[in-house]
Amino acid sequence: MNNVALKASTGNKIANRKVISDTLLELAKVNKDIFVLTSDSRGSASMVPFAEALPDQLIEVGIAEQNLVGISAGLAASGKKPFVASPACFLSMRSIEQIKVDVAYSRTNVRLIGISGGVSYGALGMSHHSVQDLAVTRAIPGLHVMMPADRHETKKMIEALVDYDTPVYLRIGRNPVEDCYLNHDYDFEIGKAVTMNEGNDVTIIAAGETVRVALDTAEALQNDGIHTRVLNMHTIKPLDEAAIIKVAQETGRIITLEEHSVYGGLGAAVSEVVSQNHPVPMEIIGIPDEPAITGKTPEVFNHYGISADNVSKIAKQMIGY
Amino acid sequence: MVDALFLKRKATEIRKDLLKMIYEAGTGHTGSSLSNTDILTALYYGVMRIDPENPDWEDRDRYVQSKGHAVESYWAVLADKGFFPKDELSTFSQFGSRLIGHPNNKVPGVEMNTGALGHGLSISVGMALAGKKDNKSYKVYTLMGDGEQAEGSVWEAAMAASQYKLDNLVGIIDHNRLQITGSTADVMSNEPLDEKWRSFGWEVVEVDGNDVVELVNTFKKAPYVSGKPTMVLANTVKGKGISLAENEAGWHHRVPKKEEYEQAMDELTKQLEVLQ
Repeated sequence: MNNVALKASTGNKIANRKVISDTLLELAKVNKDIFVLTSDSRGSASMVPFAEALPDQLIEVGIAEQNLVGISAGLAASGKKPFVASPACFLSMRSIEQIKVDVAYSRTNVRLIGISGGVSYGALGMSHHSVQDLAVTRAIPGLHVMMPADRHETKKMIEALVDYDTPVYLRIGRNPVEDCYLNHDYDFEIGKAVTMNEGNDVTIIAAGETVRVALDTAEALQNDGIHTRVLNMHTIKPLDEAAIIKVAQETGRIITLEEHSVYGGLGAAVSEVVSQNHPVPMEIIGIPDEPAITGKTPEVFNHYGISADNVSKIAKQMIGY
Repeated sequence: MVDALFLKRKATEIRKDLLKMIYEAGTGHTGSSLSNTDILTALYYGVMRIDPENPDWEDRDRYVQSKGHAVESYWAVLADKGFFPKDELSTFSQFGSRLIGHPNNKVPGVEMNTGALGHGLSISVGMALAGKKDNKSYKVYTLMGDGEQAEGSVWEAAMAASQYKLDNLVGIIDHNRLQITGSTADVMSNEPLDEKWRSFGWEVVEVDGNDVVELVNTFKKAPYVSGKPTMVLANTVKGKGISLAENEAGWHHRVPKKEEYEQAMDELTKQLEVLQ
């Protein structure tokens, strides 16, 4: 990949929620079937400009997440293209039955955007953290699950979802994130993992905001002569199994990195494929089975070893460096 | 002009069909399905604009059965209307059949998969909103149980329908006052339902929910107030039509034994003979 931002930029951070709002505003001006639904969440979803520009295409349901998803399913069943923007912690838990029955089972094409996901609500605690959402949503048949790494990928994803024929749960964080791509000029395909860095000593598989950590790790390991492959698994479901088997075969060691419980998330999904196809040593790094510690995202990441320093150390141990 | 005799005969025939399905399958919601048979008959034979040849017609009226468990009357009506062959009713609840124990939208005529209570009204709000956005004249009808009123999500949808002035939405409560454990008043009292719905901004109309003619006339007059959703509080008898099941909570999903089945079919046949 020649458009990967191997080094983190300085000062070029932008929140993915802002990108989603801008992209949808642009698309919805032309496509009158696009509706954004919020649960008193237009502020946290950065949807205020959308609401002001296209008031007829923003539907407010108040603090009622079950109703939010049910109404969206009804709209989709009537030919509309609803994008739901609600905090991941509530959307993926309070309304999970509506997601399972009204959306996935009924095959209504609702795009569920879990905002402020993972630990990005920081100090607000476990009620607002969302580190079980991938486990829950990926177990629902007929629902696809995605997590973009930066603004470029977020924009590509939203554009792809307008005409995508399967309902999706897409999770983003709250805070501005570093770029992982240099620009928007690359091919994006739902369900196709992106090799962000080549290398045959070890592979780091990451998704969402941990992709940046993976790239930083690869950069750090490069200085010690270790060549790290970085696989951006932006689509958790359908999982790019071929890409996982390939890195297992070619690099022999896999580290997964996720802003999610170590139960049932990216690491679990990858190990399901690895263990049944080409078993190799794996390390799963994520949030352990406890109410996550509170603090800013980098602080929480550091605490749980989602950092270039720690991942480098683990990679070296695996390699026997 | 409502053909009263036709509607009453139809409701009785549907009762025979559903009872046969439940008896042969050895499973089903007997009391619940008999309770709402007249409501479904009124909607499908006297009120709704639908086209079984073109089930996805975009101007069709929509029906969402939020109390999904009472599916047997629904299957019998859809088959009789020609959405699928009537002989398929014999596959009800059989291995791999699409006629499962809850509405299944792989079957033509079914809008949504339901079965988890408290979902249908929200979905219907979405459909009614879409109709308003598109300036369509279709109506959305949603059938709920009275026990279902204990689900909090019902009231989330109630607020939204009123907020968005969805006068193209007609809610129906199958108000038989019984649920699986016993009397709704004992399990979790929800009365007064009429006042509750009025206070949520709905126009409430109370009818005899087993009088198919009164039901048709009531539905046809909706909306009663421009800009307000309508709630039809349909006072019904659970197990209506067969004396051994009427007003018996135990018949919620009880399957008749051979003698009970024969007695019930006999009763329904006699009711048909009177309706000549």
